[in-house]
Amino acid sequence: MGRAASLPPGLLPREETVPAFTPPPLPSDDKRWKIVNGTMRKNGFARHALIETLHTVQSSFGYLDDDSIRFVARSLRVPLSQAYGVVTFYHYFSLKPPGKHTITICAGTACYIKGADKLVAAAEKQLRIPQGQTTKDGKISLMTARCVGACSRAPVVLRDGEVMGEVNSEQVLEQLERWAVE
Amino acid sequence: MNIEELEQIAESVRLENAKYDYEVNVCMDLACASQGAGPLRDELLKAAEKSGKKILVRRTGCMGPCSSGPLVRVDPEETLYHHVHANHAEAIVQNLGDGPVPALQCDLNEHFDKQVRVVLENAGQIDPEKIDDYIACDGYKALLSALTEMSPNGVIQQITDSGLRGRGGGGYPTGLKWGTVAKAGGDLKYVICNGDEGDPGAFMDRSVMEGDPHRVIEGMAIAAYAVGASKGYIYVRAEYPIAVARLTAGLRDARRRGLLGNGICGTTFNFDIEIRLGAGAFVCGEETALIASIEGKRGTPKPRPPYPAVSGLWGKPTLINNVETYANIAPIIRKGGKWFASMGSERSKGTKVFALTGKITNTGLVEVPMGIKLREIIEVIGGGVPGGHKFKAVQTGGPSGGCIPAEMLDIGVSYDALVKVGSIMGSGGMIVMDDTSCMVNVARFFIEFCMTESCGKCIPCRAGTAQMFTLLTRICNGGGTIDDLELLEDLCSTVKEASLCGLGQTAPNPVLSTLKYFRNEYIEHIVHKRCPAGVCNIEAAVPQVPTEVLA
Repeated sequence: MGRAASLPPGLLPREETVPAFTPPPLPSDDKRWKIVNGTMRKNGFARHALIETLHTVQSSFGYLDDDSIRFVARSLRVPLSQAYGVVTFYHYFSLKPPGKHTITICAGTACYIKGADKLVAAAEKQLRIPQGQTTKDGKISLMTARCVGACSRAPVVLRDGEVMGEVNSEQVLEQLERWAVE
Repeated sequence: MNIEELEQIAESVRLENAKYDYEVNVCMDLACASQGAGPLRDELLKAAEKSGKKILVRRTGCMGPCSSGPLVRVDPEETLYHHVHANHAEAIVQNLGDGPVPALQCDLNEHFDKQVRVVLENAGQIDPEKIDDYIACDGYKALLSALTEMSPNGVIQQITDSGLRGRGGGGYPTGLKWGTVAKAGGDLKYVICNGDEGDPGAFMDRSVMEGDPHRVIEGMAIAAYAVGASKGYIYVRAEYPIAVARLTAGLRDARRRGLLGNGICGTTFNFDIEIRLGAGAFVCGEETALIASIEGKRGTPKPRPPYPAVSGLWGKPTLINNVETYANIAPIIRKGGKWFASMGSERSKGTKVFALTGKITNTGLVEVPMGIKLREIIEVIGGGVPGGHKFKAVQTGGPSGGCIPAEMLDIGVSYDALVKVGSIMGSGGMIVMDDTSCMVNVARFFIEFCMTESCGKCIPCRAGTAQMFTLLTRICNGGGTIDDLELLEDLCSTVKEASLCGLGQTAPNPVLSTLKYFRNEYIEHIVHKRCPAGVCNIEAAVPQVPTEVLA
């Protein structure tokens, strides 16, 4: 006791009674924040709910921006660096808003063997953007996926999440054309 | 819930089904759904109502031969129709009772005859969203009999007797793993199901989770009873939204029926399961990385020991098995470990589900007894390479596996035989390549995958795969030298020996196996500056620098 008393205040043993944690207020009155908060509440604002919560943010808002990462990190008492580390570690999380439409070309092994790289090249040429980006007008995002599990119908393309099998370059270009003039 | 109540539910489903004269099963799995199974089912329902016949139209999980989809099976005649479209619905319904519609009839007898279905026994038979359908197929019987008639050690003994080995790829004896977790101290233990099927080209776990979710839940509950765990997690890829939805519904129904929760079946056994979503990281298939991901952290592996069986999720003893491993548990408990051990080869027992894809006629899911020759899977069940092309190689085990050439097709499929030829069983992807595939480019594809998926924690994997990728790209572009091959082999052995986890330790497999069996293709690229398969664009990529300068 005597030794602790001689330490400067910052090094004193922490008091036993930790004040009850009050999560920060919602960033705005956007209803989607309530959904996000719901996920955290369901998990008792536990730190391990970080990935679950980020999934909810992405499914509600379409992507993760700085404000949402900050909000989630503060609510779950996770260091911001750790939250950001998690967001950038996993491919599924996106830091950029998606376009109005998204074309996802599966780049799994079966699709690669059946020529998915040609589909990517054709789409890149048509949209004049590399994979993983969105056209300047915000209309179309061009993505690749690791594997969507529809390998028996390779090459597979997701048209706004809907699976199309045995796709050729013409079909991809036709679809992009249709979206472009919408 | 007890055995009698379970039997009552099964009986009521059978009585309900007996009201119908015909059952029309429509495969609604991803592959068939992408070919219009949804509208087809609607049309069948309409036609069934109009016809006045007593017809049950049922949505089912994957029936297997996806390339022939959409598939419809009519019972009790067991007629399988392929390439069925919405406008065929009328004809199918009209012909019920007067024999099959010849134009749609599917002749895949050879494809099915060689298969033995254990994991997929209910696939195409039940509605995955109806727990009672599963119960009518002897579902949850194994759980209740384990809880009421067997001791935890008795359950582990059955699993040990069965000779079941981990179906995620490693092939670790399941009974041994369960025994270790059971012996570990502490009152809180966890059971985890690895549904992070990151291996591109494999989709059997997705099909099982989507087509028969209760089988996985039952397997996990039996495992939890055997090892003394009270809490389970299913870690599923976020890329599989249907699997997530089916499992969520399945867990809810199991809780309602008292098959999960507190005091299951009037015993003191408490167990519940939660779903955790993956977020697209291949490395999370590694058990310690998966645990980190469930804890809400970056999915980086930890050195083992301590093994998760001793110190896993939140430092507690944890049992991790793959989806397919859990899917094997209920039949083993129902029919006995000896029955399971009677199938398969000397050291690999039972059956294995493979996802047959690539340049092959019948793509889809197949389940075969272990020990079957690769040639039989590819030529008989798979129907061979289409379009008059020549078979070149079959790739097993995904990015961690190797390419097996035509000369080796007569090996029997087992964990050990595949390792011996430089590949691995893996989770069961089987990708067939023909003469239009360049093996150097294939090796480059896999190394690129491992390079981007490397978590970056250990240097051999992080830097090694990147250097291998550079070398392979150079060879593909025609700028490689013969010395590069030696360097490549050197790098392979370093990465293999020194990496922390399975991702790095197996990443060189595709390179080593292609270097071993298709070295001539590498040499063609380096010496003659040509790609035999015509895949690599060498001329365009060679820098226009005079050779003297390079020398």
